[in-house]
Amino acid sequence: MIPIMDEVFNARNDNYYHLRRACVDMGQGDLCLARFTRHSVFSGVAMAGTLLELICPAGSLPALKAAIDHGADGVYLGLKDNTNARNFSGLNFDNKSLAEGIRYAHNKHRKVLMALNTYPQPATLARWQQAVDTAASAGVDAIILADPGLMAYANKTHPELRLHLSVQGSATNYEAINFYHEHFGIQRAVIPRVLSLPQVENVIRNTPVEIELFGFGGLCVMVEGRCLLSSYACGDSPNTFGACSPGHAVRWQQTPKGMETRLNGVLIDRYADNEKAGYPTLCKGRFEVQGETYYALEEPTSLNTLELLPEMHRLGIAAIKIEGRQRSPAYVAQVTQVWRAAIDAVKNNAEHFRAQPGWLAQLDKVSEGSMHTLGAYYRPWK
Amino acid sequence: MLMQNIKLSLGPLLYYWSRDTTLEFYTQAANWPVDVMYLGETVCSRRHELRFDDWMNIAQQLTDAGKEVVLSTLTLIESESDLKALRKIVDNKKFSVEANDMGAVHLLSKAGVPFVAGPALNIYNPDTLALMASIGAVRWVPPVEMPRTMLMSMPVPDNIQTEIFAFGRLPLAFSARCFTARHFNLQKDDCQFRCIEHADGLDLNTREGEAFLVMNGIQTQSASVHTLAHRLDELNDTSVTHLRLSPQSQNMAAIIKIFRDTLDEKISTREVKAKLDTCLIAASCDGYWLGKPGLSMGAG
Repeated sequence: MIPIMDEVFNARNDNYYHLRRACVDMGQGDLCLARFTRHSVFSGVAMAGTLLELICPAGSLPALKAAIDHGADGVYLGLKDNTNARNFSGLNFDNKSLAEGIRYAHNKHRKVLMALNTYPQPATLARWQQAVDTAASAGVDAIILADPGLMAYANKTHPELRLHLSVQGSATNYEAINFYHEHFGIQRAVIPRVLSLPQVENVIRNTPVEIELFGFGGLCVMVEGRCLLSSYACGDSPNTFGACSPGHAVRWQQTPKGMETRLNGVLIDRYADNEKAGYPTLCKGRFEVQGETYYALEEPTSLNTLELLPEMHRLGIAAIKIEGRQRSPAYVAQVTQVWRAAIDAVKNNAEHFRAQPGWLAQLDKVSEGSMHTLGAYYRPWK
Repeated sequence: MLMQNIKLSLGPLLYYWSRDTTLEFYTQAANWPVDVMYLGETVCSRRHELRFDDWMNIAQQLTDAGKEVVLSTLTLIESESDLKALRKIVDNKKFSVEANDMGAVHLLSKAGVPFVAGPALNIYNPDTLALMASIGAVRWVPPVEMPRTMLMSMPVPDNIQTEIFAFGRLPLAFSARCFTARHFNLQKDDCQFRCIEHADGLDLNTREGEAFLVMNGIQTQSASVHTLAHRLDELNDTSVTHLRLSPQSQNMAAIIKIFRDTLDEKISTREVKAKLDTCLIAASCDGYWLGKPGLSMGAG
């Protein structure tokens, strides 16, 4: 039986798509797919039940180990420069820690994905290409890209290397995703945090590409890859610099009116003595519109989709991504542990799944602003 | 390219104006010294004062007036009905199309229709630009944040024109959320089209009263008006073939004339700023072009 399965899954990814679609149509997506995908091979590492993989952030080697130890199916990480969208000082991997991280993960049959998801620029294009080479020779299981030119390079230079489309690629519809699939063979796409679940379902029905969704962590209110607010205010954007509202532009200042947070001099928020001052992420400040001062773009909340897990499972979502490479290993451990338990519970019995109060309490403790939202997955949020 | 050979484009209307206002705007635009007109809704799929057939009629009228017309697609394409609207534009058979989403690029390239690669496609490097040219892009608009130095170091294939965003409030971000509806405590699905009341967007100020951003439905723009009028002589040795001027509710005819006269050296780049300032709805900025924060205004 197994050799036949391998044959099926060594064939074009499109087969997977048709099988998955048939399975979903038959109303037995989960069972059917689990059976089909269990035997597939992902860059030499056996997959441990591929539906609803748990992909966790690794901003450092300790965070990577915390994620693996607490049940992540895979981690994603970046190099120590602006080739990835969490270019913060003190974070990320050099060649030595990358090798160690991959060894650690592969020993436990988990995956390592490398984010190279900023946009290369003419003067420094070679550095992004070298980063692709580094990823390939280090033996990562996939690279996560946003730039079509870099995808073409990776596809040509390392045809065996699995490619994922980053959320920074701004693909919000299946025609866009299929563009990347047909031209560069991308096998998974991470969808920006803007679609409702019915819209996600429509994407899944019309693409052979696996779909990964954000499940928990910081919430971008803007379409990732299509937000220049940070460079407008302080010169550095996620697209080119790899960070939003970067630390070097931030000023905290106690004034008679309260604690003020500024980004390159622009007042992002001001806090009364009884308020907890937050990091001045540009879209999460309080501004004045027609005489009313409020969180005009987005409140400082975290995305938490725990209660949507049964629906995500039914849709055949390939993976849930946890945001937070800038967070501590303790955060990663805690969040990974909760999500591992929740995903196992859904896989075990989706119909009777209930988000346990203990899980929510644990997640609340580590959330930004201690508030949760379902974000765009829940239509009225829009 | 030499300054006087540079063409002017009127970018797509980013705001929601009433049907009469929009029709009147384009009736007048037929007589303005612009070479290219981008038409259609690029921001919000709910806006419907003008439908596809209306845009096609305007396109025909402007073509008859000697303008090159390009139909622009939505930037954020989420639903099946968004895709349906996109396919209609791709299949229009008469006019070329500006792709503002990779889904549009996919459909246009498969159909073999030449296209303009819009500013939201994130073309930051030669490989991606060459790829776009190879699948049918005949013109590209760099991201609005691209500085002159980066543009200068970009090898541009011979068969593709370069259009830069040279005037208007900068389109900075797109979201699934409608900030205008949210301001009025309305849900997006029942937004009552309140953005029609704000011809140049809804001002968002800092808590110390500094103009910062503008909310235009699901789009966030700069409060300041980006302009390169005083820097047009810096284009002489670049790949730039077209300047995009983004419509605002007032003085558009005068603004276009100022740009044309400056390109034709009837107005010097030294005196143009004072002239243009009288036409602006807000302070001006040019920081992106200089590789600085977009909101800043360079000296000299």
